[in-house]
Amino acid sequence: MKFFEITTEAISVDEVIARLADPAIGAVAAFVGVVRNNSEGREVLYLDYEAYPEMAEEALRQIGDEIRARWKTIREVVIVHRVGRLEIGDTAVVIALSAAHRQETFDALRYAIDRLKEIVPIWKKEVWKGGEEWKSEP
Amino acid sequence: MKVKVRFFAAPREAVGMGEVEQELPANAAVGELIDSLTRKYPVLIPYAGFIRIAVNRVYADRETGLHDGDEVAWLPPVGGG
Repeated sequence: MKFFEITTEAISVDEVIARLADPAIGAVAAFVGVVRNNSEGREVLYLDYEAYPEMAEEALRQIGDEIRARWKTIREVVIVHRVGRLEIGDTAVVIALSAAHRQETFDALRYAIDRLKEIVPIWKKEVWKGGEEWKSEP
Repeated sequence: MKVKVRFFAAPREAVGMGEVEQELPANAAVGELIDSLTRKYPVLIPYAGFIRIAVNRVYADRETGLHDGDEVAWLPPVGGG
């Protein structure tokens, strides 16, 4: 079972959270990123995600290590990001983490998504009527 | 020596290839690779100021030394999630 995964398959939030199963935990916090139908006033038709998959999985693992070094109460971290063509409403990313108690899970979760956007080699192209743009374009 | 270079997202589309091999003098560093690539593929010039480079999947800088067979990735600003 992978805790840090880039996949081309549809993501099930329940299945990702189930990877954290552990009788000692009392809290799971999860962030679910979903494809939205608009961006900067434009009507988005779909998104095309691309990753450098081998490095991206290592970077996700690094985020998990950073979280557990910083918040000792966090037990496990799982991050699954989908790539390829995603339609409006599709789940693009699920980040879930577990702990005995809820206290630090919220801060850790916010840290995880912020770091993901900062260091993980994943890019997204927005496709709208009559055009498209890599959000990373200079 | 030869290194493998991988492109992603907008610069990949600009070059029209996801992967190229690049010949370099022995002991070349990342900076020299960037310069050779922009000479060979001028379409990369607009991206060169914004990229990060990874060598064998680890972020590197212009001074990082290269070795025969290294996998170098030309990474535009990331934006997953």
